[in-house]
Amino acid sequence: MALAAAITDLEQLKDRPALARLLSWKAEAVTGAKFDRGELTIRVRRECLREACALLRDDAATGFNFLSDITCVDWYPEEPRFEVVYSLLSMARKERIRIKVKLDSADPGVDSLTDLWPGANPFEREVFDLFGVRFHGHPYLRRIMMPEDWEGHPLRKDYPVEGYR
Amino acid sequence: MASKFSNLEPVVEVIGDDRTMVLNMGPQHPSTHGVLRLLLELDGETIVRIRPDIGFLHTGIEKTCEAKFYQQVVPLTDRIDYLCPMTNNLAYVLAVEKLLGLEMPKRAQWIRVLLNELTRLNSHLVWLGTHAMDVGAMTVFLYCFREREDILRLFEMVSGQRMMTSYFRVGGLALEVPLGFFERVKRFIDAFPGHIDEYEDLLTQNPIWTGRTKGVGKITYEDAIALGLSGGVARGSGVDWDLRRDMPYSSYDQFDFKVPLATEGDVFARYVIRVQEMRESTKIIQQALAGMPEGPIKADAPKVVLPDREKMKTQMEASSITSRLLPRDLPCRPARSTRASSRRGAKWDTTSSATAPPSRIACTCAARLSPT
Repeated sequence: MALAAAITDLEQLKDRPALARLLSWKAEAVTGAKFDRGELTIRVRRECLREACALLRDDAATGFNFLSDITCVDWYPEEPRFEVVYSLLSMARKERIRIKVKLDSADPGVDSLTDLWPGANPFEREVFDLFGVRFHGHPYLRRIMMPEDWEGHPLRKDYPVEGYR
Repeated sequence: MASKFSNLEPVVEVIGDDRTMVLNMGPQHPSTHGVLRLLLELDGETIVRIRPDIGFLHTGIEKTCEAKFYQQVVPLTDRIDYLCPMTNNLAYVLAVEKLLGLEMPKRAQWIRVLLNELTRLNSHLVWLGTHAMDVGAMTVFLYCFREREDILRLFEMVSGQRMMTSYFRVGGLALEVPLGFFERVKRFIDAFPGHIDEYEDLLTQNPIWTGRTKGVGKITYEDAIALGLSGGVARGSGVDWDLRRDMPYSSYDQFDFKVPLATEGDVFARYVIRVQEMRESTKIIQQALAGMPEGPIKADAPKVVLPDREKMKTQMEASSITSRLLPRDLPCRPARSTRASSRRGAKWDTTSSATAPPSRIACTCAARLSPT
């Protein structure tokens, strides 16, 4: 099976409901999109993330009612370094979508989604614990996997696989 | 909304009510099954608030993945959850196969489905047995583990391992199934519905069991969605969602099965659902046995899949492909892919990037434990 090339042109993708909804709401909130291997990824500006997710959740045309995961990628040594990835699922339309936010290493922080989906609570704690990304407005942002007194954030790429000795 | 789920916040600081007491449970308590510590705030026998303290079994699998080739990650996926090695294998290999754009031959897909459903039975049996034992029904535990032992023997037959199977590979299966395997599965699965009846005879009408499960641990439909619950827990609360039916993978769309649903949202509803799921799994396995396609078990992709061992010894080309493949990683172009497989919400997010190590591959996996 030959792979089709990824589509990154916003013009070609603007008919997809999720992207169309975001563009009609606030065109400058979307910084890019990619359709690859049947998966749609939308990059949004960090200030717009919470509102964009609320919109995708509540709008009947998109209906992304289920937050299935929050994770993060560290692109060290590139800047902006962190990429927080939100994976949403629409049960009615049987579709997944990925929302991405880029964060600088100087200020790795983004709004928390715990008031939209209480299930975001442990995911955000995990990303905070392992990557050191802050979630503003999180009710209980403490380490979840590592001990409270752990030094560093293990999934950062500049953290050695064997740990600090 | 946030205050409604304040049970995710700490309990130690907010003891205002003198009716309640705070109790520490675990991390070595025998009924926590898998190490976690629970801080409980109790009102008599009712848990008012709970704060789970997890991470005792966190082994940093994603970090380990960074320094591995794609094929080397498969054994790590077994170890995410010892109850469903094959399901985790499958979610991972599907994610990487999607990155590579590989299509699996029918036989490989069907064997994967068959083994996945056996894994589901294995996992459900351990859940049912231990849950019943915690309530006091020792017999059910022994019965369940008797059948689980048969399933583990079947796993050992195909992979040489009882629990850490690593049987699925990126690009197919590790080996063709051994002679007599399907007959053994058939013998087991034909007898299995009778065993489910045995468990139900012991539990479904049992007043101790119903008293301890009916009306306990209620989750509403809205809360199940808001908290991101999946699988049998969500279906117990009326969320009509099953990955196998709604986003089929690995030929699940060619099987005929029902998705059990309940709306009560209590522990008993989840019990009923899981028992029905075992019956449905039995049907899927019987269909897989009846219609098992012939053909190769590995994809036709010489840059990914190792040649047969036999060809490697007798054909020059196969031998040189082997020596070229083994020290190199798979040719994934930079991208990201997500694949999920049913059972405990096993979901793999695989990112590959073309830059030099250590940022070569990043995987995240979400293997969420469903509360029983």
